Amino acid sequence: MEAEKIRELKLQAAKTRKVTLEAIRTANSGHIGGSFSIVELLTILYFDKMNVNERNPHMENRDRFILSKGHCCPAVYATLAYRGFFPLEDMRGFRKLKGYLSGHMEMNHIPGVDMSTGSLGQGLSVGAGMALAAKCDQKDYRVFVVVGDGETQEGQNWEAAMAAGNYALDNLICIVDNNKLQLDGNCEEIMSPYPLDQKFKAFNWNVILCDGHSMQSLSDAIDQASERNGHPTAIIMDTVKGKGVSVFENQIRFHGGRPTEEEYKIAFQELDRAITDLEG
Amino acid sequence: MLEKISTRAAYGEALLEYGIPNERVYALEADVAGCTMSGVFGEACPERFFEIGIAEANMIAMGAGFAANGKIPVCHAFGLFTAGRAYDQIRNSVAYPKLNVKIVGTNVGLTVGEDGPTHQCIEDLALMRVVPNMVVLSPCDGYETKQAVKAMLEYEGPVFMRTGRPAVETVTNRIQDYHFQIGKGITLAEGNDVTIIATGLMVQEALKASDLLKEKEIYARVINIHTIKPIDREIIIRAARETKAIVTAEEHNIIGGLGSAVAEVICEECLVPLEYVGVQDKFGHSGEAWEVMQAYGLTAEHIAEKAIRAVSRKEKALR
Repeated sequence: MEAEKIRELKLQAAKTRKVTLEAIRTANSGHIGGSFSIVELLTILYFDKMNVNERNPHMENRDRFILSKGHCCPAVYATLAYRGFFPLEDMRGFRKLKGYLSGHMEMNHIPGVDMSTGSLGQGLSVGAGMALAAKCDQKDYRVFVVVGDGETQEGQNWEAAMAAGNYALDNLICIVDNNKLQLDGNCEEIMSPYPLDQKFKAFNWNVILCDGHSMQSLSDAIDQASERNGHPTAIIMDTVKGKGVSVFENQIRFHGGRPTEEEYKIAFQELDRAITDLEG
Repeated sequence: MLEKISTRAAYGEALLEYGIPNERVYALEADVAGCTMSGVFGEACPERFFEIGIAEANMIAMGAGFAANGKIPVCHAFGLFTAGRAYDQIRNSVAYPKLNVKIVGTNVGLTVGEDGPTHQCIEDLALMRVVPNMVVLSPCDGYETKQAVKAMLEYEGPVFMRTGRPAVETVTNRIQDYHFQIGKGITLAEGNDVTIIATGLMVQEALKASDLLKEKEIYARVINIHTIKPIDREIIIRAARETKAIVTAEEHNIIGGLGSAVAEVICEECLVPLEYVGVQDKFGHSGEAWEVMQAYGLTAEHIAEKAIRAVSRKEKALR
């Protein structure tokens, strides 16, 4: 990937983080940690890898995207807004009665959202259904599903993994956001979901490990995952929960907790600096 | 002799008849194709039939994925393992996004008999009825089931349909110009002393009860409610006003199902004595199907007793 392209994507990611945090602040609630850990992924998907059309959100052969960890929706909404699916100022309505940007992903009122999610553990099954339906129609679009590492504790993920392996859904790409934290603590301590790579392999999946904050690493992983070899692919993405803001990083509190005014101040300063630096 | 066929067998024939010509229809199955009768479709159209294995939650959510891509997936399993086990998947991945997923839960109620309480689903109508956007169907015989399947496939949106194992008498074909319409109850017998409102195989019991009541010169109206939701308010209100006494009959817990739905309507619109025939908020028991039904008070005789009680309550109230 060219250096200029990487810089553009990183700049977009920084902007997305800022808008995400502004929306959470306006709503006075929302999930910072898991939203920030997937921003590079969302940026590269929507600004480089996925075939989507903001002027025709229901385009038949578009790549599908499901955020199974639906609580991290503000980062997706910010990404969709920047991509042009709806106006950026609508982010002010996030989690508001008068807005349409629901507290978890919602498909019927938000342009660009392919599936409503929120109850953890269901997105990979829906993705498997979409991927199988695509096979039935001999359509070549890909289905991307983002699952949290803690979320893999939901057993339904493994039912879905079994079905996807069984039906050779090589148009299905599951990206695990391995930020290693969940609401109550460290995943490893709460209920270890590891080793994730061996679990997916056992269900006949390809497994790719990557750095979820490196555009180059993500780019390589997604390209490799898009090759069709008769197996679905899991990208286990190493990430930092709360990535991009010093006071949020690796803090369990920011799974869903509110920052203090001082923390907000630091956060916006750091995000503004990142944007300025990347604008060069 | 009237034709006897289970609603699940009729379902299988109907899926074949109406599902095969509609290329949007796909069947997903959780390893009970021989019971849900989706296997008939699978044999005729293997390219549109998918075994998902013993994983009902995954099957329902995969169905949501099919529907999100414009298909009409019909997800099959036992009543308990769809409405019960996959409740959250139905609520959040099907009903909330209003996806066009059809869910068919078979082998419901006490009449699965010998299999016992773990399989005797007496909660599905309640569980499905409380979920917004859901249509809940409970046909009473083979003839009705076939038309219900046609209507279900034509309707855009989530539908739950319960079907049963035992062969039951066909009663709806005696109605001239019978036409199944979602949300429209059907009057099977006229009468003005009391109304028996029944669903599923209790409709046949209700008709037998009305014959028993005739011997006592009590003329019961019999209404078949094949759609638990949206409930036919109009036919219930009319029955309450005209007969002033109601008995509900369902192969289901008396809490949350047809009886509750009828009570909700008459409490708001026209309060009259109401008696419930159904499972009295307890688990079933293994045994021969109709012996269990007898033991739990779900037969024509029990309906007739409750009807007499409803009539006497009405008369007491009028005095």
